[in-house]
Amino acid sequence: MSTTVLDVQARNRARVKVPHKKAIAIFVAPFATLFTLFYLIPIGYAVWQSMLVIEREGTYGEPREVFGGLSQYAQVMDSGPFWESVGRVLLFGVVQVPVMLGLALLFALLLDSPLVKGRRFFRLAFFAPYAVPGVIAAIMWGFLYSPNLSPFKPLTQEVGFLSADLVLWSMANVVTWVYVGYNMLIIYSSLLAIPTEIYEAARLDGASQARIAWAIKIPLVMPAIILTAIFSIIGTLQLLAEPQVFRTFTSAVSSTFTPNLLVYTTSSVPNVSLAAAYSVVLALATFILSFTFLKVTQRKAFQ
Amino acid sequence: MSTTTAAVPPSARARARTTGRKGNGRNGPREGFLPRTAAMLVMGVFTVYFLTPIWWLLVASTKSRGDLTTTNALWFSDIQLGENIAAVASYGGGVLPRWLLNSVLYAGVGALVATVLAGMCGYALAKYVFPGRELVFNVVLGGVLVPATALALPLFLLFSQVSATNTFWSVFLPSIVSPFGVYLARIFAASAVPEELLEAARLDGSGEVRTFFTVSVRLMFPALVTVFLFQFVAIWNNFFLPLIMLRDESLFPVTLGLYTWNTQVNQVPELRLYVLTGALLSIVPLIIVFLLLQRFWRTGLGSGALK
Repeated sequence: MSTTVLDVQARNRARVKVPHKKAIAIFVAPFATLFTLFYLIPIGYAVWQSMLVIEREGTYGEPREVFGGLSQYAQVMDSGPFWESVGRVLLFGVVQVPVMLGLALLFALLLDSPLVKGRRFFRLAFFAPYAVPGVIAAIMWGFLYSPNLSPFKPLTQEVGFLSADLVLWSMANVVTWVYVGYNMLIIYSSLLAIPTEIYEAARLDGASQARIAWAIKIPLVMPAIILTAIFSIIGTLQLLAEPQVFRTFTSAVSSTFTPNLLVYTTSSVPNVSLAAAYSVVLALATFILSFTFLKVTQRKAFQ
Repeated sequence: MSTTTAAVPPSARARARTTGRKGNGRNGPREGFLPRTAAMLVMGVFTVYFLTPIWWLLVASTKSRGDLTTTNALWFSDIQLGENIAAVASYGGGVLPRWLLNSVLYAGVGALVATVLAGMCGYALAKYVFPGRELVFNVVLGGVLVPATALALPLFLLFSQVSATNTFWSVFLPSIVSPFGVYLARIFAASAVPEELLEAARLDGSGEVRTFFTVSVRLMFPALVTVFLFQFVAIWNNFFLPLIMLRDESLFPVTLGLYTWNTQVNQVPELRLYVLTGALLSIVPLIIVFLLLQRFWRTGLGSGALK
């Protein structure tokens, strides 16, 4: 009995016209079309391309692309340079992201506390580097690190910022320099959105600023911190501009230094099928990592 | 004085907090001299860290090629910023102004179009009920987690299929899609545009599309400015897409152009000064725009992050 009622209801609902259909189409269609063309189709095409292999008849035969299944992916899994580059950006991320977000949180809390005067100036000064595009920031710091061109020659001639041992951390410094102020601003603006009444009770009870920050402010801005963390993780796995620029300053950065650099190098060989396979694996890994992080932290932060 | 704290209205207290004046009374004496000095010291040290590279770039751009390496790098010698700018602007047949213009087109116009498209889509997802709405939103959310750089190679493969690489559109078109913009616009529209207002507009005989462009857009303005800035920076910073797409120097954005110059510094030594002056020219307008729009930037980001 109940199923027939539901059927009737479903049929009725299907027949009910969606109001403002035309307006909805006008609003949604342009974005949906472009999103399909420049997000979904390229990804689908890259997946297809990654399954093609080039075959020749004999050594000098015509090369032609044939379906090779997952053979490129087997090659990706076996590729030493690929895993080295992944390990490198993971190491980079594990150190750089917490340092950067820690600093951003510290500055945001200081700006929000009564301890600091001139907060407008500090806000602008710390945010200014964000206006410098990654490539240009890398060029600037490349000069600053260089043993011959740097204004800090006594230091840069002693410490090899561009040496194989340190170059990864020199890049971490460039990324931190650009993005701390931006992340600070996201956290700071969500601190400003907290109604002050919430701290009043704690203040009257004699809680110190540090205690208020730790027990009240940080838990309340957790969603903002999670957002910044996700964007930072995505950014780390995608590192390209900084290593690519540093290659002109030092030989310590190989052409397979980060996954994206490896994708670029492989595609200019040109071995587009293998490059496509790297790209697909990288996009998938980025997606899974940030999605997992989102789910895990949400569970911890909001339950 | 300490007993009056509770009597101060919350709004006054909030104002005192944001303008930097410390609330009087009980929480006053608790912050002693030491914590305050330590806090200011931390802020001071990091101000030096954040501003020194920009200061150095400014100083370096004012120097002659000889002075660049021989004089104090953090202070001016013979100021010839004008000569440097003139020289860099005419080098290589005036290619730098061309690059700056390209960047404005890619990032400025691109972000503007992206904002309109994302605003419309996010608004529709927030304000109308239609079949497939959740599916669209979830696919878009997935898109937020796939960064633009990861798409550079797939886009290159696709554009090669239709022989459209090395064109203006191969960089411009992918740049006008902003899934994060849709996400932000939807969240903001859901809370900022009241249903009653739309009903009132309908009763007045205003069409849905017209209502959006005349009424709703104004209410969503802070979020839209944020989407614009966010997408602007994303396009400006996306180095991979132009790097892999473009061969023709006259199509380069300024980032790719300066990068190319920088790779030739060893063969053409005067390029070193040009790279630095060009870098200064390309970031000064950005810093100004950022500072002007910072108010919107903050409110919009806050609302996006809190949800």
